[in-house]
Amino acid sequence: MKKLLVLLLLAVVGYSLYKPLSQVEFGADRIGDIENPTTVGAYYLSHTPSDLSVANVITAIVVNYRGFDTLGEVSVLFLAATGIGSILYRRRKEGEHSETITQPSSQLLQAGAKLIYPAILVLGAYVFIHGHLTPGGGFQGGAIIATGFLLMMMSYKDFHMNHTVLTWVESLAGITFVSVGIGGLIVGKTFLENFLAIGTLNDLFSGGIIPIIYIAVGFKVAAELAGVLDTLLSIKEK
Amino acid sequence: MENIDINQILGIAVFGASIGLILIGLYAVLMKKHLIKIVIGLSIIDAGIHLLFIAIGYISNGTSPIFSEKGISLVSEGTKMVDPVPQALVLTAIVIGFGVTAVALSLVIRLYRHHKTARIDQIKTLKW
Repeated sequence: MKKLLVLLLLAVVGYSLYKPLSQVEFGADRIGDIENPTTVGAYYLSHTPSDLSVANVITAIVVNYRGFDTLGEVSVLFLAATGIGSILYRRRKEGEHSETITQPSSQLLQAGAKLIYPAILVLGAYVFIHGHLTPGGGFQGGAIIATGFLLMMMSYKDFHMNHTVLTWVESLAGITFVSVGIGGLIVGKTFLENFLAIGTLNDLFSGGIIPIIYIAVGFKVAAELAGVLDTLLSIKEK
Repeated sequence: MENIDINQILGIAVFGASIGLILIGLYAVLMKKHLIKIVIGLSIIDAGIHLLFIAIGYISNGTSPIFSEKGISLVSEGTKMVDPVPQALVLTAIVIGFGVTAVALSLVIRLYRHHKTARIDQIKTLKW
């Protein structure tokens, strides 16, 4: 009976998704003329090289045009990390240490992890430093760095993140983000508006405040994800 | 039937895949008893919605919205880049999806710790 109801609901949802989507032509040019933009997408495409000189338009949207939105997104991530910490909080008994719940790993994994761990960190740093030039950015780079930490946590049982350091990195990155935004207010523009020289397109030092913000976001995301992973992995069930 | 071009087939495939993912995820959320599977279902719904967003923003033969040295000159000639707005929104949505999954999993862990089971049909007492 329940299965029948669920299938009926799925049919209704599927039909109501299919009906409007069948009107949408796949691959049609919906953004219109880029020279004289009439849509938001065309405006971003035409104005990003001249206004911000950022090669990656998505970075320009995420960090500059919708920078305030990204600040909110970063706070949601922060709230998730804090929420996990408080949900999973358990007072330790006398002499009880947190232990990881991972299985003992093989020597192959341990040796391999040691080998590619620095490379993963460097790749993550590369991705978020070049976020305004190549595909990628702070969120992606931070996630890559967190995978490096996850690899180490799975390989070595005694590998633990220092939560004090993580909190400091996270807080400093967040403060950098907000103070760069307030810097826009100080020079007489709006919050998170670009106030630095924009440089030339495709240079590493271009885009004004965008690389600074994305590097801060990269550090923040890496610290938060590493903290979440460490919290989730270091619960000892009896 | 001879006028079906590759775009149409791609469109049916991608839209169908996203609708399929959304339905599969919804089915898992509604029918599965294990809490971890329900969380996985939520993630699958997320993936379907992301695919749908990207598919709507796609322009056939479009390039990714990243300027290269060559790309700058091509913009004035009207070469199309795909719509960057859905991609930026999906970037946001992925991060929020991560937050949702992580908090949901921690709640599952908390429930498991309390009831010693993660199957909702075995959790009889609906109070802590």
